[in-house]
Amino acid sequence: MQHTAIADQPAELHDPHSFVTRYIWSQDHKVIAIQYGITAIFVGLVALVLSGLMRLQLGFPDTFDFIDPSAYLQFVTMHGMIMVIYLLTALLLGGFGNYLIPLMIGARDMVFPYLNMLSFWTYLLSVIVLLASFFVPGGPTGAGWTLYPPQAILQGTPGYDWGIILMLISLAIFIVAFTMGGLNYVTTILQARTRGMTLMRMPLTIWGIFTATVLGLLAFPALLVSAIMMLLDKVIGTSFFMPALVSLGESMDYTGGSPILFQHLFWFFGHPEVYIVALPAFGMVSDVIATHARKNIFGYRMMVWAIVAIGGLSFFVWAHHMYVSGMHPAFGFFFATTTLIIAVPTAIKVYNWVLTLWRGNIHLTVPMLFAIGFIFTFTHGGLTGLFLGNVTIDLPLSDTYFVVAHFHMVMGVSPIMVLFAAIYHWFPLISGRKLHEGLGKAHFWFTFLGTYAVYLPMHYLGFLGVPRRYFAMGGSDFIPASAETLNANITIAALIVGLSQLIFLYNVVRTLRRGEPAGHNPWGATSLEWQTPDVPPKHGNWGPELPSVHRWAYDFSVPGAEKDFIPQNQPEKAGGTGT
Amino acid sequence: MDAGKISSSDYEQPGVKGMVADWAADRQTFDMPWGKAMMWIFLLSDTFIFSIFLTGYMKVRMAATEAWPPVSEVFALTIGGVYMPLLLIAIMTFVLITSSGTMAMAVNYAYRGDRRRTVMLIAATAVLGASFVGMQAFEWSKLISEGVRPWANPWGAEQFGAAFFMITGFHGLHVSAGVIYLAIVARKVARGDYEKKGYAIVEIAGLYWHFVDLVWVFIFAFFYLW
Repeated sequence: MQHTAIADQPAELHDPHSFVTRYIWSQDHKVIAIQYGITAIFVGLVALVLSGLMRLQLGFPDTFDFIDPSAYLQFVTMHGMIMVIYLLTALLLGGFGNYLIPLMIGARDMVFPYLNMLSFWTYLLSVIVLLASFFVPGGPTGAGWTLYPPQAILQGTPGYDWGIILMLISLAIFIVAFTMGGLNYVTTILQARTRGMTLMRMPLTIWGIFTATVLGLLAFPALLVSAIMMLLDKVIGTSFFMPALVSLGESMDYTGGSPILFQHLFWFFGHPEVYIVALPAFGMVSDVIATHARKNIFGYRMMVWAIVAIGGLSFFVWAHHMYVSGMHPAFGFFFATTTLIIAVPTAIKVYNWVLTLWRGNIHLTVPMLFAIGFIFTFTHGGLTGLFLGNVTIDLPLSDTYFVVAHFHMVMGVSPIMVLFAAIYHWFPLISGRKLHEGLGKAHFWFTFLGTYAVYLPMHYLGFLGVPRRYFAMGGSDFIPASAETLNANITIAALIVGLSQLIFLYNVVRTLRRGEPAGHNPWGATSLEWQTPDVPPKHGNWGPELPSVHRWAYDFSVPGAEKDFIPQNQPEKAGGTGT
Repeated sequence: MDAGKISSSDYEQPGVKGMVADWAADRQTFDMPWGKAMMWIFLLSDTFIFSIFLTGYMKVRMAATEAWPPVSEVFALTIGGVYMPLLLIAIMTFVLITSSGTMAMAVNYAYRGDRRRTVMLIAATAVLGASFVGMQAFEWSKLISEGVRPWANPWGAEQFGAAFFMITGFHGLHVSAGVIYLAIVARKVARGDYEKKGYAIVEIAGLYWHFVDLVWVFIFAFFYLW
């Protein structure tokens, strides 16, 4: 028996009638996706401005009076937290997950649209609480995005009074929002696929989003629990994470807590979080590369298993963030080994992307440029990860700019490259109009070359031993004067990259107002989301009847076929593998 | 390329191959209503929350700098001059496990279409759950009157009070939410709201209820018996 309450009964869908139910309190996954996307991009721009302010201080110390050490630490903290959680997680899963899941698997909507709507509004609440911390006495927390106790809640850390409380509450609300959305994504993918859409015919985008959401549902609990425990420590004076200590000459009431426990809990969330961001990006970039190279993805099955293997392994590597926290050497050995093992499925993915490009009919469109750019930045960041995964190499490099360069390449720039590829790729579907190609190319080259100008020199700063999170270097003998010149150069490059995002925003606004209509399936893609009767798809997605799937999502350039692509809903007689 | 190729004969094969073919088939992976699948996934996520609470508690207990209070004495009652360790907790555990029994019977009667018995059994489950919360409130107030606070207690490591109030409080919230959930389901069953949609919702509520009971068994074992 099939439990397909709304999957093939359009009458069960709550058809929106007024402006408010259609665009504001909407239960349509596409509208919710756009709401998620706009909110996430908005907070992302806030975080981008914060990074610009940080760079101004680092590049030109003693120049800007309004950036004092406290403000600098607050910028660092808010930049990190917003980018990782409120931009990347929300945009990849809440935004693209919501938009693409029902369309790519051939469903009319998520299985529980009302819950899906609640997810967005709860997310918005978490963003408002987070941004409210800029306006409370003492400002937002400056504890660093990892929020390590005891310093996070002690006097001396900026925002120790209100900022940290709002941060923890906002995180807890975000986790509630993510859970409501995530349950929907997983259940929809498992239970609401259309006829013929087997698991091994799903586009890799769906595999990436699915695995990432499962990781989120299992990893966010650790963050929730540590947020609750730290809130209790801060607000009512328990000592979960707080040892007996003397702060500013006064001995505190705390006794016997364990600061290291927080680090374990935080990174038990924090490391899977890297893959919560990376796996949807892996999936989407695979589909963009296959479509724009007009070639089937190389090694589809291996790609699926690599996604699942990376997801599973990601729960066994967390303590590689804690080599300098003090650990039994045997554990260091264990976590170094698991960390390096992750490189195997990851390398499989990179090889398969390159082999997909090999002898493909490569169209250097804007999405393809960003996708190829991603292969560069990701390989680059992944290789420095191998350095840091080894205990003995990590110890001297810990808390230097080498680490900053590594994680910005691997989980900052790389997912952002994919997000841009995805936006340029799916914008014609979402809005019905194609983004301007020339502006897009300018945007790509500024962003791609600019990020290298920013992060390559940072590796060198790290080797010099320049510590991260410092407001200013002061008169440290071991840091040569050339490091300051380098910092000034990095700042200029960073500001150029930041400003070049205005090209993108202008492109979006311009396209929405007077872009050329994209028409039906402008890239010649095979997956289901491009086969809807209307562009952009209407409420209910599929008109009177759901599509049937007869093949996998990668029938490109099939010999003997009429066109160089065969959509998934074409019957077997259209040629190709027909599987 | 045979990715995704599944012929109908694959389902009928015994063993792992048939199971894989069945799971990877189109439309749905598990033969159950959407709500039930979602509840299972939610409970998996919630399992992680409670596991991490308990792991965190074990870690602070082992790392505490002062002695851990003597648990069986702290949770003892003296009734009529007889000293009985862990008496209240034993009664609470018995009540909660009994409520799982009544819930299981409610699911059975719901699928049989016996609405009257279903409503009575769900109501009985909710009453047992509410009495569990009531006994927990009694226990909290007893400990508070003896001087136990989240930040201090008369007998030793202050993490005792912190972990106790946090974990039993979080579990108590789950039970309270479950009582409200069951009350709503019982009312809807009584009104006949599910006649058309089917009674899977009773089973889904039951899944949540059994989960809350199961979690209690672990809290009982790790907090009261250790």
